Amino acid sequence: MLEIRLHGRGGQGGVTSAELLARAAINKGSYAQAFPSFGPERRGAPVVAFVRVDDKRIRVREKIYDPNMVMVLDPTLLDIVDVAEGLKDGGVIIVNSSMDPDELKKKYGWNKVAQVNADTVAMEELGVPITNTTMLGALLKASGIVSVDDMEEVIQDRFGPKLGPKNFKALKRAFEETQVA
Amino acid sequence: MAKRVGLEVSLAVADAVKMSKAEVVSAYPITPQTHIVEELSHFVANGELDAAFIPVESEHSAMSAAMGSAATGARTYTATSSQGLALMNEMLPIASAMRLPIVMTIANRSLSGPISIWNDHSDIMSIRDVGWVQIFVENGQEAFDISVCAFKIAEDHRVLLPMGVNMDGFMLSHMIEPVEFPDQSDIDDFLPGFTAKMILDPAEPVTMGPVGVPEVYMEAKVQCEQALINSKPVVKEVLDGFAAKFGRQYNLVETNGKEGAKTLFVTMGSLGETVMTSVDEMNADGKDVGQVRIRLWRPFPQEEFLAAVKGADKLIVLDRALSPGGVRGPVASELASLFHGQADAPEIVNVVAGLGGRDVSVDEFKEIYETAQSGGFKDAYTVWGVMSNA
Repeated sequence: MLEIRLHGRGGQGGVTSAELLARAAINKGSYAQAFPSFGPERRGAPVVAFVRVDDKRIRVREKIYDPNMVMVLDPTLLDIVDVAEGLKDGGVIIVNSSMDPDELKKKYGWNKVAQVNADTVAMEELGVPITNTTMLGALLKASGIVSVDDMEEVIQDRFGPKLGPKNFKALKRAFEETQVA
Repeated sequence: MAKRVGLEVSLAVADAVKMSKAEVVSAYPITPQTHIVEELSHFVANGELDAAFIPVESEHSAMSAAMGSAATGARTYTATSSQGLALMNEMLPIASAMRLPIVMTIANRSLSGPISIWNDHSDIMSIRDVGWVQIFVENGQEAFDISVCAFKIAEDHRVLLPMGVNMDGFMLSHMIEPVEFPDQSDIDDFLPGFTAKMILDPAEPVTMGPVGVPEVYMEAKVQCEQALINSKPVVKEVLDGFAAKFGRQYNLVETNGKEGAKTLFVTMGSLGETVMTSVDEMNADGKDVGQVRIRLWRPFPQEEFLAAVKGADKLIVLDRALSPGGVRGPVASELASLFHGQADAPEIVNVVAGLGGRDVSVDEFKEIYETAQSGGFKDAYTVWGVMSNA
């Protein structure tokens, strides 16, 4: 079973990222769960969401304590939240940052990083600093749980004909630009 | 063709209600409501569901309107949670006394004080004795399936009682997971339209809900309780019929883990799935432990439960609500009553856990098992996970 924890700030769409990923996995015939950290929803406050993906029925309803992967939507969280908490050995941290992966590893003591400057991608492709779909591109580069193409249907379904293609384009671009180190 | 979809469980329940062709939905649309009735209001607005949607001003009115609706013979649905259920309380025993087959989803959440929006069973336990059929589901598929079954059970002329479908707030209501949707035509075959036994009709006036003077009140209450007790075989029949048609079997009580285990966890609701994983892992480590999951809570399936725990010498009974000042938690008290006077009654270890949304993990259930085996639970009940400085 693959367990992913997503860190963002209220309003950045981390819960939507989790949902889209789970739905794409389910559409492929896998089993998945996506759920938020069920708290008062305050815009800007640090929030987490969770995704589980498995090839068999998932029978667990606890939060994710020891993720295989962590995805961080907002670079300003890195200095205030221990995003690597509980990360399994060999686990990867997928991060929106303008720093290069080696710098990130050195600064935070991480072993494996997937980095993309999602703020820039989102601003250029979507015109807003909402990085949830962009960061999914980085996550797919790091993990391959589902393919980029598998995401298209759920993104179109979620965002509709106007915003769907833009979000999918941002995801594809992030996939290309993500550096794994 | 049945289709498999990943979606929020609340939305799956709304789909189940739509596919069950509810004719009236009356609900208070804001907090503590889930997405269920919001989605149903979309279905009504866009014509996918041919129903009257009544956005009332409170849950008290939601249940009142649902009662009026069911009394005219309409298939009637509502949903609520926590404080909303509490506000409905006054109407709930009247709905059962009037034998109105309303179906209600309850996204189980704690009752405030301190203010809480999170999951436990304190809402449903506070209305335990209102005379409704009460069932608990463990996952999204079950929430969908049992919602369809609930209309068939409640509206059966051998039952004619309101039915509450309990699903854990957030841990189910806000969870995205896969749910298989049957074909509409198969649901139509399984669940024909509601034919009321007696309706409010100006052309043929009847009185519903009259005064029960002391000379008749007790007889009316006993008859109503008898109807609830008599609903058990119908619940079983409908669930078996569902299995025959759709291939998913739901029993009144379920078992898993090592067969013939001497120690059994007893669970109700979605925490049961976490315990299933914990029990599987403990069995793999050679531990002698199993699990019994209570699906039907009212009427309590006494024979089925006794059969499921036969041979066990210890039950670790999990409660997700306190009975403040009582002897044990609500489920453990029920079971202590059930075993009263039985020579081979198992020891009951009662653990109250997961109040107000507190997570209980797979590993914690292993700790609970080990603590129970070493005799560490000395009191009639133990509230698990309370910080030592509390």
